[in-house]
Amino acid sequence: MLRIDCPWCGTRDEAEFKYGGDATAKRPPAEGDGAAFYEFVYDRGNPKGWHQEWWHHVAGCRQWLKVVRHTVTHEIRSVAKATDDVTVPPA
Amino acid sequence: MTQPQTHRLAYGGRIDRSRTLRFTFDGRAYEGHPGDTLASALMASGERLIGRSFKYHRPRGIVTAGPEEPCALVELRTGACREPNTRATVAELYDGLEANSQNRWPSLALDISAINQLVGRFLPAGFYYKTFMWPASFWEKVYEPIIRRAAGLGRAATATDPDEYESIQAHCDVLVVGSGAAGLAAARAAGAAGARVILADQDFELGGGLLLEPEQEPWRQGMLAALSGMPEVRLLPRTTVFGFYEHDVLGAVERVSDHLPVPPEHGVRQRVWTIRARQTVLATGSTERPIAFPNNDRPGVMLASAAMTYVRRFGVRPGERAVIFANNDIAYNAAFALHDAGIAVAAIVDVRKKDSKRAAAAADRGIAVKLGSVISDVKGSRDIHGISFRSVNGTAERVLDADLVCVSGGWNPAVHLQSHTRARLTWDNDLAAFLPGKPVQAERSAGSAAGVFGIARCAADGAKAGLEAAAALGFRDGAAFELPMPDAEIDPKVKPFWEVKAKGKAFVDLQNDVTTDDIRLAHREGYTHIEHAKRYTTHSMATDQGRFSGILGTAVLAEARGETIEKVGVPTFRPYVTPVTWGAMAGRHAGHHLQPVRRTPLHHWHVRNHGIFLETGLWMRPLYYSATRETGWDPILKEARAVRQAVGICDVSTLGKIDIQGRDAGMFMDRLYTNTFSTLAVGKARYGLMLREDGMVFDDGTTSRLSENRYLMTTTTAKAAEVLAHMEFYHQTVWPDLDVRYCTVTDQWAQMSVAGPKTRLALQGCVEGLDLSNEAFPFMGVGDATIAGCPVRIYRVSFSGEMAYEVATPAGYGERVWEAILEAGKPHGILPYGLEALGLLRIEKGHVAGPELNGQTTARDLGFDKMMKKKGDFIGRVNGERPRLMDSDRPRLVGIRAVDPSFEKRLRGGAHIVDRPNSKASLGWATSITRSVELERWLGLAMVRNGPDRIGQRLYATYPLKNEVVEIEICSPHHVDPENLRVRA
Repeated sequence: MLRIDCPWCGTRDEAEFKYGGDATAKRPPAEGDGAAFYEFVYDRGNPKGWHQEWWHHVAGCRQWLKVVRHTVTHEIRSVAKATDDVTVPPA
Repeated sequence: MTQPQTHRLAYGGRIDRSRTLRFTFDGRAYEGHPGDTLASALMASGERLIGRSFKYHRPRGIVTAGPEEPCALVELRTGACREPNTRATVAELYDGLEANSQNRWPSLALDISAINQLVGRFLPAGFYYKTFMWPASFWEKVYEPIIRRAAGLGRAATATDPDEYESIQAHCDVLVVGSGAAGLAAARAAGAAGARVILADQDFELGGGLLLEPEQEPWRQGMLAALSGMPEVRLLPRTTVFGFYEHDVLGAVERVSDHLPVPPEHGVRQRVWTIRARQTVLATGSTERPIAFPNNDRPGVMLASAAMTYVRRFGVRPGERAVIFANNDIAYNAAFALHDAGIAVAAIVDVRKKDSKRAAAAADRGIAVKLGSVISDVKGSRDIHGISFRSVNGTAERVLDADLVCVSGGWNPAVHLQSHTRARLTWDNDLAAFLPGKPVQAERSAGSAAGVFGIARCAADGAKAGLEAAAALGFRDGAAFELPMPDAEIDPKVKPFWEVKAKGKAFVDLQNDVTTDDIRLAHREGYTHIEHAKRYTTHSMATDQGRFSGILGTAVLAEARGETIEKVGVPTFRPYVTPVTWGAMAGRHAGHHLQPVRRTPLHHWHVRNHGIFLETGLWMRPLYYSATRETGWDPILKEARAVRQAVGICDVSTLGKIDIQGRDAGMFMDRLYTNTFSTLAVGKARYGLMLREDGMVFDDGTTSRLSENRYLMTTTTAKAAEVLAHMEFYHQTVWPDLDVRYCTVTDQWAQMSVAGPKTRLALQGCVEGLDLSNEAFPFMGVGDATIAGCPVRIYRVSFSGEMAYEVATPAGYGERVWEAILEAGKPHGILPYGLEALGLLRIEKGHVAGPELNGQTTARDLGFDKMMKKKGDFIGRVNGERPRLMDSDRPRLVGIRAVDPSFEKRLRGGAHIVDRPNSKASLGWATSITRSVELERWLGLAMVRNGPDRIGQRLYATYPLKNEVVEIEICSPHHVDPENLRVRA
């Protein structure tokens, strides 16, 4: 079970959170063409290594958090607010 | 008649001889003492045959004295409490215990399936894969029932478990797993330094290997006394740590009441611990491993350490005349323990050619040592009476009389928990065993789990590990304590020896009946990877998960591959270390406690007034009302007719309600919905449609503008939580600049829909402060009023297609308002209606709901093209316009109705729409079906290819599962009042 250090609530069990997918995917601007939106929704990587991803603190502060997690070891490098800039270590 | 304890030693052991416990095994009466396990008590009465093996039904006895037992599995207790596959070696004896052998028919002594042994050469590895492949149709009807009857273990209880289980959350600084010398010392060192410590051990007595050493008893007791005196140290006997998970979270199961006939009143049987440990010390010890040789599975063949445990701890004689078969010095301890207890030791058959000090010590006791020798066969079946042995490379066999064979192939450190953390095990040549690898979590191994042997050395290693774990957390300066007195230094080095190759079945997995030849066959057939060989042969897949003899299979495979054991490796160890019952896993979350139950503010009114309930998600909702609890359509049709002809009232409190406020609330709504809300007038409601970003419809509902910067959104009951999360995601991550705040208010409101042509008349009898006339309060109006003195908000929206008003009031006023409306509606024939009538009415009206909003339909599919605004961004706009989603032959929403106006031939949801009665080319499917009160026939909604272009066509709804074909007409989804005159009346 992962332990996620929520910047608002402190360290909490994975059971309080819901996974939300790739946090590096940026929603294209409204004028964006079809291809950009297609990529945004469907074209997601499956990296082996560090991954920046959304976790929603559903049973806590209800904030969407940016979590940098290693997809092999499950190590969590950082947990940040949705609006924070986050650096992801190289794989 | 109670079986006498013929094999109980006259003295010794940790049992309480002053008390006698009675129990039964296969209906026969036995007795034992407190401190016994079921296995030791059966052994005390001379029982050898405990079970039958999985595949060949060979007789099996007690092989170990611990949790790794592969053979002595029984069904414990009876009836609803029956627990299959319980290891007799860890089942603590209690008065009145009932156990039964399993996997035998008709009886343990005479098992007809044992004939499998004779045809054993036809049951090789992969037998099931090879034999039962063809024809495919035979699998379900013929092969599987036969296999299931012949193979398998115990029977699960069929009745509901009457016992209680619970779970507990725990945090500690240092978790110590195992209470042997290393574990006790680690816990004491960490505890003395000030750390909060949990010490868990699967056994009912703490002490591990110390329990076999009477001269170390004072130290053990001193340690336990010291630990008990530390307020921040918690001792958990009978607690198996079963898994080591990510981020230093460990799971454990505490057998709180398994040693009692029944749990105490209000007590639990078992308790699952979730432990968040800042540091963990794995002092899990080690388990002895067997050697493969012909008939090494016979009752009476057991691990040397097990035989020693039965003698020293339980005061039981496991046999009268023993032969020890070993490749290491430690095994001599067992020989001496047996000898000292008066059991004849016929010989020590030692694989090693070189004499050692231990052989000399044996000779001093008059025990013969056959160096450079191996056991090549075991004589006897249900009970053994001798062995054959020969020199390692020789053929000339000699025979020895014996009824007990004690085997030792060396020791395996119990690395399972460390392996769960994904640490890579390392191979140790001296011990010929895998040791814990470099830790990847905050853990360290100590004692024999780390390859350290001997009581004193284990204690020192444990103390060091405990200090280091505490120091890593900043705890220092603990008081020193005495270590146990030095014990005889025995060289733990092992000359690797795995298998005696001779005629006869030599088992590497006793529970799943896997032989050395099976492993070689798997190798010949290409299953050369250990994980493949494991699955092909089922080696290491039994309840002991390879703990007993997994290494043997690896060794045989390594030889076949011509590679080292280190290279071949062992199958990955995964949780659980030992089996855990479902009851413990479920804890309190059983039956109605699986998930919370949500009740509307009007729930108790429904209960009092004969509501027949349905669970929808978490919600309890009345399906319909019936004092006689009648079933069928009649009560539903009656309620629906009341709405179409007079007036009805329905509890719609379950609808999701989200209060949205802020300067940018309108803009936020415009982006969430396909249609525009920023232009909605204050005091008006509007139907809105939400898409997902992939363009599929997500949810719908009416949203009202309460003031310039405040909206109240309603969602469907099912999607309420998802919609809120969706809003949070877009607001927090995509548009954080929007000045808007929102929260769910679903539970704060009781809401009721009052619908039917006489609704206005009914409500005018109770509503104060709001003119309900069509002119003053038209369709889609929103206004505040009072009913029976309670504040209400009234929305003029309709789901049924009739004139309707939804009345919302703070939850606590719900019943008062509901009853006031009923009272006012009485002269007009008001009836409460439930979920079934609600569904009937919405299908007649052609409103979409769950079956149509299934995540695969676009706005266009559902006829909502016009709700897609042309300008501006909204979620799902771009992907919703992908060219393929515009194909005309996508299934699109239409109405269907039976041509036959009777109710004879019913339509069913899920029926396929076809153009000829026997066609198998589906044009679409029926999504929602009902009997109609308006049109007096079956009708419904359907998704049909080119649907809107087919209106007027005669087609068929076919339901092949029931051989039903019904002629239908395709029509507008709006079966009732397509011009929307009634809702505006």
